[in-house]
Amino acid sequence: MSLLLDLALVAWLLALALYVTSARGDRDAIVAFIAFGLLLGLGWTRIAALDVALTEAAIGGGVTGMLLLRAEAHLRKRKPGGPSKGVVGKAVTAVACVMVTVGLMLVVLAFPSPAPTLAPAAAAALPATGLGNPVTAVLLAYRALDTLLEKVVLILALIGVWSLAPDGLWGGAPRLRPALVPEPLAYLAQMLPPFGVLIAVYMCWVGADAPGGTFQAGTVLAAMWLLVMLAGLSPEPETRGKALRLTLIAGPALFVAIGFLGFAMAGGFLSYPESIAKPLIVGIEAALTLSIAATLGLLVAGPAQMASGR
Amino acid sequence: MSPLATEPAHVATPGGVLLVLAVMLPVVAVLLMLALGPRWTRRIALATLAIGLLVTIAILAELLRTGEALTYVVGGWQPPLGIALRADGTSVAMLAMTALVIAATGCFGYAQQQLDPATSHGRAPTSFWILLMAVWSALNAIFVGEDLFNLYVALELLTFAAVPLVCLDGRAETMAAALRYLMFALLGSLLYLLGTALIYGSFGTLDISLLSQASAEGPVFPVALALMIAGLLAKAALFPLHLWLPPAHAGAPASASAVLSALVIKAPFFLILRLVLDVAPPQSAAFAGQFLAVLGAASILFCSVMALRQARLKLMIAYSTVAQIGYLFIVFPLASGSETLPPWGTIAWTGGALQLISHALAKAAMFLAAGAIAEAYGHDRISDLGGFGRALPISAAAFGLAGLSLMGIPPSGGFVAKCLLLTAAVIGGHPWLAATILAGGLLAGSYVFRVVDRALATPAIPLAPRKPIPRRLELAALVLAVAAVLLGLVPLQPFAFLQIGRPDSLTAVAP
Amino acid sequence: MSVAALGPATLFGLCGAALAGIGLFVVITHSGLLRRIVGFNILGAGIFLVFGAVARRGAGAGFGGDPVPQALVITGIVVAFSATALAVALLQRLFDLTGRETLEAAQEHSPRSEA
Repeated sequence: MSLLLDLALVAWLLALALYVTSARGDRDAIVAFIAFGLLLGLGWTRIAALDVALTEAAIGGGVTGMLLLRAEAHLRKRKPGGPSKGVVGKAVTAVACVMVTVGLMLVVLAFPSPAPTLAPAAAAALPATGLGNPVTAVLLAYRALDTLLEKVVLILALIGVWSLAPDGLWGGAPRLRPALVPEPLAYLAQMLPPFGVLIAVYMCWVGADAPGGTFQAGTVLAAMWLLVMLAGLSPEPETRGKALRLTLIAGPALFVAIGFLGFAMAGGFLSYPESIAKPLIVGIEAALTLSIAATLGLLVAGPAQMASGR
Repeated sequence: MSPLATEPAHVATPGGVLLVLAVMLPVVAVLLMLALGPRWTRRIALATLAIGLLVTIAILAELLRTGEALTYVVGGWQPPLGIALRADGTSVAMLAMTALVIAATGCFGYAQQQLDPATSHGRAPTSFWILLMAVWSALNAIFVGEDLFNLYVALELLTFAAVPLVCLDGRAETMAAALRYLMFALLGSLLYLLGTALIYGSFGTLDISLLSQASAEGPVFPVALALMIAGLLAKAALFPLHLWLPPAHAGAPASASAVLSALVIKAPFFLILRLVLDVAPPQSAAFAGQFLAVLGAASILFCSVMALRQARLKLMIAYSTVAQIGYLFIVFPLASGSETLPPWGTIAWTGGALQLISHALAKAAMFLAAGAIAEAYGHDRISDLGGFGRALPISAAAFGLAGLSLMGIPPSGGFVAKCLLLTAAVIGGHPWLAATILAGGLLAGSYVFRVVDRALATPAIPLAPRKPIPRRLELAALVLAVAAVLLGLVPLQPFAFLQIGRPDSLTAVAP
Repeated sequence: MSVAALGPATLFGLCGAALAGIGLFVVITHSGLLRRIVGFNILGAGIFLVFGAVARRGAGAGFGGDPVPQALVITGIVVAFSATALAVALLQRLFDLTGRETLEAAQEHSPRSEA
């Protein structure tokens, strides 16, 4: 029975992906992609990866979809599509891509059995972190350097996006609010945020021991913030604003600071003393959640489009 | 697959902490710049440049003092669960090269911004400093990384720092160049990531040292490595995947071009080198080496000719980059080593490393000189630059000295490098590679001479700069060019420094 | 191998391989940059699923999957989003400046490239 469910899920995923290749308009392709992202989230639950499932649904489907839809609306005025590849070119590419797929499938089928795994090692080290969720332990302890650098990647993407503003507008605010706010949007923006914030706080809090955590919580918060700005209930912040910038760096800065404190407290960079490992990690996660929410929200909002007030 | 070693693969050394500083110091600078705003950005950047140089010198001193690689195990979590950082002689040479070029570029950027104080807290200068620091952190992370996924994150950091640098001046054509660059880089990253997934699936580790001890059977390992190398080639802009590079590197502001051309494309090459020599099984490595050498030779010939045909100075320098990168890839078959001699004991290994470093210095010098020229005349059309040497003698000298390295004429690091590679090609029985090296040198001579000829020309109406250029704007290029020349004093033999921290023999990887 | 013998790990691994191929096809054949960006995301999703298959195969020690590759995927998803955001911002700026949304046309119609 569950195999049938899995097969149906895979069939849907492939059908949606194929639709993206053939859809006439970009908007249709993006809508298909959003559905794809949500179904993919479901798929991840089928292979016992709840943390990934939440991340995929929130970021892969949700926020990415929002970003793409806004871009599509922005490009709406464009001339009809540019020259696409001819039939022959498409056929050749299709054959090549099918070969890539078949090759990859053979490789997937050729993975060694029993599969190598770090699950026992991750479990054995878990008590030293005081955490119950092994994925959180990997992200914030065993491979904390990856996570730290990835936070810098997020911030850097934002710096890159901001640097695309015209000189005169740099430092000003992005524009999210449409000229006319649709009634349902305004309604949603008033109704949803309290629940969203509650969910985010819960996700962040349980993330230490159960599926959930800082990315997922940050994404939900970002979505709520975007909703409020889209509905015009809260003005878009100026990108030069001090408070905004401090929110952006709070999480990564605390992460780096505790990392360096590890030299004094626990023998090295990004080491946590066993007795207070969990509070430290939860503290980092809380700060990261806020910073991620701000970063994701601003990435969707884009470069400054209104001159700075000052 | 084989059982992984039971003893820890990495033992932290006392100097290992310095590697953490090399990676994290620029990150701290980025966060501070964002927090404190444009007025503080430049001061933080200059302070970071100074401290970063000191850290690099300390790493160098520690390596020479101990004669061993520096190692750090982050958080005390041993691989395969955790992540290690490690710097052997070759890595430290890369770190030192990076620090020197970044510092010189920073000095140029500082001098250039002082020409126009009104905008020096504006969008482009502020973004430049933040992105420069991020590039530095990413490069250091790549040169000391031991974990394939950590290297993926570092590569992405590098991409996201490099792409906005391309379009800092905001013109439409640079937007297109940046987008094209981003598309190539993303495809490259994804292929690399796919390879990483396959490697984890078959070995349960991503640590390079552990992987080098694992023995591979079946098709997964070669396929994974092929995917990763293909992805990295797109980022390194080796022919025929070079199309994105000339518009991107030529369109960027001069200081950004210098960093992009001298350093950023070296990172994917360095990773290919590590994959082929440290990770790949010998048979796959030999095959990959042959394949890469063919592409390298094609790069040298095709892009040298393209460089010769460019009307604009910066485009010419950019095409020259793809050609000079080609030399790095012909090192693979030449430095394949033997039963008794490991690859890093060969003259080709030393030649390749010298080529990499001297190209970095010379190419950064050329782009900075071109930047001073563009600042003075407002254009970079080679044909309209007759007599620029009279107004900008230092830039002309820097360009000429840097040109020696590209051509491979003594005294220069490029001469020693190409001489070693040529010798290795002749001794190793690779006549067509030897011929390519010689032809590449002649072509480089032609395109460098075109510019030197303009510098020395005496037009009827002297070429007057539209604004005076302070000497300090020209000095950074000269310092780098002189450094490239000084590299030519290295003796013509395998350089012991580059072998520090590498395994002594090939027995560990013999089939 | 009969279909019944397919575990979810292998099934989603194969699905990942197919998605990677489809994503690659979109990236190569479409000239519209927005569609290409969607293609990159599908390619990425396929690669993450291959990782997911690896994680599921490594179930053990009481965990339903190996947590290390799962964590790598989470990091990867965030990086992929950053890439999408940067690409979209670049594309919008290119469009504002030139009215084009493909690279090919943008190059042909760009003004002469001297400063």
